[in-house]
This record gives sequence, C-alpha cells and structure tokens, in this order.
Amino acid sequence: MRRRSAVKTLALAAGSTLAGRNLAQARQPSHGNALAATAESRAILVDTTKCLGCRMCERACAESNGLPEPAKSIEPGKLRDTSETQFTVVNRYETENGPVNVKRQCMHCLQPACASACLTKAMLKTADGPVIWRGDKCMGCRFCMLSCPFDVPKFEYDSANPRIQKCSMCFDRLREGESPACVSGCPAKATVFGTRTEMLELGWSRIYHEPDKYVHHIYGEHEAGGTGLLYLASVPFDQLGFRTDLSRESYPTFTREFLYAVPFVLTMFPPFLFAVSRATAGYRQEDPEA
Amino acid sequence: MATVSADTPGFWNGTRRFARFLAGEMKPRGRLLTPFNVITVVIMATAAVILYVRFTRGLGSVTNLNQDVPWGLWIGFDVITGVAFAGGAYVLTFMVYILNQEKYHPIVRVTVLNGFLAYVFYAGALLLDLGRPWNVINPIIGNSFGVSSVLFLVAWHFLLYMTAELLEFAPAIAEWAGWPRLRRWLNRLTLGAVIFGITLSTLHQSGLGALYMMARDKVHPLWYSEFIPIMFFVSSIFAGLSMVIFEGSITHRVFHHRVGPDLERSHDSILRGLARICAGTLFVYLFMELIVFVHGQKWDYLATGWGAWYLLEVVGFVAVPSVLFLRGVARKSPRVIGTAAILTLVGIMLNRLNISVIAFKWYLPVRYVPTWQEIVVTLAVLSAEIWVFRWVVNRMPVLDDAHVRSGRLERVERASASAA
Repeated sequence: MRRRSAVKTLALAAGSTLAGRNLAQARQPSHGNALAATAESRAILVDTTKCLGCRMCERACAESNGLPEPAKSIEPGKLRDTSETQFTVVNRYETENGPVNVKRQCMHCLQPACASACLTKAMLKTADGPVIWRGDKCMGCRFCMLSCPFDVPKFEYDSANPRIQKCSMCFDRLREGESPACVSGCPAKATVFGTRTEMLELGWSRIYHEPDKYVHHIYGEHEAGGTGLLYLASVPFDQLGFRTDLSRESYPTFTREFLYAVPFVLTMFPPFLFAVSRATAGYRQEDPEA
Repeated sequence: MATVSADTPGFWNGTRRFARFLAGEMKPRGRLLTPFNVITVVIMATAAVILYVRFTRGLGSVTNLNQDVPWGLWIGFDVITGVAFAGGAYVLTFMVYILNQEKYHPIVRVTVLNGFLAYVFYAGALLLDLGRPWNVINPIIGNSFGVSSVLFLVAWHFLLYMTAELLEFAPAIAEWAGWPRLRRWLNRLTLGAVIFGITLSTLHQSGLGALYMMARDKVHPLWYSEFIPIMFFVSSIFAGLSMVIFEGSITHRVFHHRVGPDLERSHDSILRGLARICAGTLFVYLFMELIVFVHGQKWDYLATGWGAWYLLEVVGFVAVPSVLFLRGVARKSPRVIGTAAILTLVGIMLNRLNISVIAFKWYLPVRYVPTWQEIVVTLAVLSAEIWVFRWVVNRMPVLDDAHVRSGRLERVERASASAA
C-alpha cells in the first residue's frame, strides 16, 4: 500500500518535470514565436518634424482596413486615442517649438507584452515585424490590453462576437511586397518604411545632419525593449504624449522569473510534501482513541 | 462504474436505483419561503436577464469596462479576490495530510467543498467575462499553447486544481451514494491529490499576482512591486483561513443539526489554532509590506490621498487584525477571533481590488465604477454557490465527522498490521 502511493507521487513529480521542460523549450526563439525578432524585421520611421497633420494616413488606413472613414473635421486641441474603428490617429501638440503633429498606432514591439501575455497565441509577433491578431485563437480575455505598455489593443465592447482591434502594420500588404497603407498615403514623406536597422540608421543620420533640429533620441529604439515604430522629434518626447517612464527592458522579461520558477516548484514540491507527510505520520498512531 | 455494478444485481438495476435516489435527494429540504431564498432567487433571476443581454449585445451593454479598463469587478472580485478567499483548502489539507495534524481533520471536508465550489463558480464567472468564450478550449486542447503567458499557467492550474479538489472531496460523494468500494479506492488517491493541489495552489495563488507584472506602469507604485506574486501567496494563507473561520462560524450555526460530536467538541480549539496561524502570517505579510515599502523608497507617496488609502489597508486591515487574532487566542474569545477574521477578509478584498481595479491606472481622469448589473451578477454567482453548498452540506457527510473516526481506525489497523 505504502509503496504504491510512493509510486503515485513520483509519477506526479515526473509529469510536472515534463511540463516544466515544455515551458523552457517554448522560450527558444523560432519562427513565429512570440519573442522572435530579427534585425530584418520591418519598421516604420515617423519624423514628426515633417508631419503636416493632414491626416491622409488616417484615411488610407481606414480604406485599407475597411474601417469607417475618419471624421472630416476634428475639434482643435482635443487629443484623440486610437480606437476599435480607427487604428491610427494624428494629434497636434502645442510645444515649446510650436505645434507638432504626432501619428500614433501600434508600436509593434520587438518583444511585445501583448503577445507574451496571450495564452492562445492569438496575438502573434511575426518574423517580419508586424504584431497581428488571430480571431480563431482569441478567447477575448483582454489580458493583452492589460499588459500593453502603450494601451494599443482595443476591444469591441458593443459586439456579441467581439474582436481585438489594432494596427497590423498592414500585414497582408507587406506579404505582397507593398508598404503599409499609411506610409504609402503620406504626401509629406513623414513616414518611411524599411528594415528596422535601416530605419535606425536613417533616423540617426537625420539627427547627425541636423543636430539642432532634432532631440538626440529615437523614441522606440530602446523603449519597452525596442519597438517597430521609431520616432524623431524636435522637442522632448514627454511633450508629445509619449510615456517616457517605460522600461528599456522588454516587458516579457518581467514575468520571466516567475515562469522560470514554475517548473522548479512543480518538481520540488511534490517529493518534499510527500516526504514530510511520511515523516510526520507517527502522530497518527499515537492518537488511536476517539 | 464497474465498482458499482459489482455491488448491485445488475448494472441497469443499479443505475435506475441511483437515479431514483438522486431524484429524491434533489427535493428541497426545509422551508422554501425564507428571506434568504426569496432575495437570492430575485438576484439570480435578474442576473439571468442581464447575462442574456450581455451575450447578445456584448460586454459594453451591461458593464462599465472600457478600452482603458479591460478588467473590472468580474475579474478583480470574482476571480482574483475569490481565489484568495478559497485558499483555505490547500492550507488545511497541508496541515492535516502533510503535517498530520489530526485536530483539524473534522473541518477539512467542509473547507475542501468550499474551495472546490469557489473555484467552480469563480472560474465559471471568468467565462462570463470572456469576449469569445467559445474559444476557451484553445489553451487546453493544444492547438495554440501560449506558454509564455502567466494566464496560460493560471488557466491550466484552475482546471487541474478543480480536479484535485474534486478528488479530495470524492470520498464524501461515494459515502453519500453508498459506494463503499469506490470510496476505499478514492481514499487512496487523497494524499496524491492533496500534494498535487498544494503545489498547484502555491503557483496559481502567486500567479494571479504575476498577471500584473507587465502592468507595472499602470498599478499605483504603492501597490506595485516585483514581489506581488510572493505577497499574493502569503496573503492567500491568512485570507483562506480567515474565510474558514468566518464561514465556519456561520455554518456552525445554520447547519448545527449536521455537525458531528468531534467537531462540536473541538470547534473552539480549532478556531484558536487557525487564529494563531492567521496572526503569524499576517505579521509576516506586514513585515514584507514594510520591506517593499522602504526598499522601493515610497515615502513621498504617503502624503497623498493614495497614501492614506494605502495606510488604511495596511494598518487597519493587516496590523489591527493581526493583533486582534492574538488577543482572541489569549482570551479564548470566538467573537474577537471572528471580528479579526472579518477585518482580514475586508483587507484582502481591498488589496486585491486596489491592484486590479481601484489603484489600476490611478492617473486616469475618469475612473471605472462597476455598473449595478456587474454587481448583481457578482451577487448571483455568490448566491448560486451558497445554494449548491447548502444542498451538499444537507445531504452528504460533510460536517458529520464519522468518516474522520473510521478513517483513523482504518489507519491504526493498517499500522498495527504492518507492525505485526
């Protein structure tokens, strides 16, 4: 009897070890993995000094994604957020250098919090760079929204079959060799599309060529571990509505330690608990009455 | 099933007899028109209507959830607070089956039942909150394992832990249904289920805290620290035990006719034992809060309104109950211990809601406040759980402690047999 329960406990522990090994394997970067991003991943460089605020990108985005046409006129001074029906917005900020227009959308992080938060891999970092959402996987838990440091994923609260909506960097257009719709639609060439390495080189060369025009910082080079959207600006980024308190480490690293502890606990606890239970079993026999 | 058919003349005969037995057991016992019944039925009926609207028109039609606040009351209270409250089961099974503290054996079954039902109903409440619940099976069947997600771990652990708790409670079901051979077989599984259950609990109690690790810039610094997972685990110990004390005092009164002589005699002594553990772990937790506070250099926040709110939680609902528990033990006063338990539960509720709802995105100009529909659904989940709990306690040997004595006798016989 006693031996049989020992075998049972050992089997449990062995099962836990296997589960732990799966976890460790899953962290190896591979094609389509949530944490994979190579130097060849695509990026968009947004030069806010060139942006006219014409909002043609908003229109191109809506057209390409089949979204309702953005409002023709917007209240001056009002800052808008992206929404489930608008994946990119251009806001005008009054700064010490006069008005600056800033286009916002999904940042397409190199190691996205949303993708590592997703328990069904519905949110996926593709090897090309775009972070995409897959409806057949998603269970609508909205943990991606909770985890995203940029608050990008949006949820269709008024639908019985709700989707998570956000910019996909025009993933389908990219596969056909085209640029994202917003980049193609920009008349001022304020946005440039290419590999991330190229975009960083271009960004820094613009800064070095006109050191007085730009702040010497590319937003997105290091923020949240590096993003696929890179920003140039003439004023410090906190004046343009960017969160400047974000970590330079990627967000998935904040749960990594906890997840690494999981296989250890699963392997160490069962044998330990079983041993303690055997070791203290004597008490039972000393208490036979009642 | 094979075990059952062996005990009865024929398989179909046995099934039919069991169906008749079950039908008889489904009948209500006691008066139907009590204030509790009337109120909870109204709540549950209202919730059914609300849920119909929610599943036809989307979450936005009944909740105040929005793009900034994706998780509200249903997750913050039902799941995150509810699971902490259900922690008593793993602590008590640890004490009884791992440390072999027989004194606490009479309350194990009722605690495991409570824990099991809490998980079933609170994890069930999670389904109400899912936007695309038809895909809930995805992380389980393996076509898309998001293993880098803490929520993946939590989802699996909920499922496995429910199974473990069901196994722990299963002997009571077998006794009730009159399947002695199945019961003996299930009894042998108990230790394995307990060990597995404790391991799982350690991980998912802390895992619920780890959910917020990536939301580090969104939770107020007074509540956020990288130690949240450990704090969640430690606090689940006294949260669970306080719930055992609180529920025990109610159960003891309401179901007095079902309480066995052993439990009747040892109830106060058990209460004092649990109170001691609560006092100790509360003190540990308080000290951890202090270290995190000092280490994180959070002094400046104390002078703000959030600082006052934080102090209320930590002093009023951690330090005070810790002292009260000790006084209750010294004075042998169940009332003082009960008060301390209630304060502790309020404190846990505050802590979990602060992290998940109240101090979440504290910088927003417009705050999330749950709608009355969200509150009614939460109350309905609670009511449904109490209904099932009452049904089980009134029929199965849960508070009755004959099984403890017979189990003890079995073990003693087995021990003397192996000694001889």
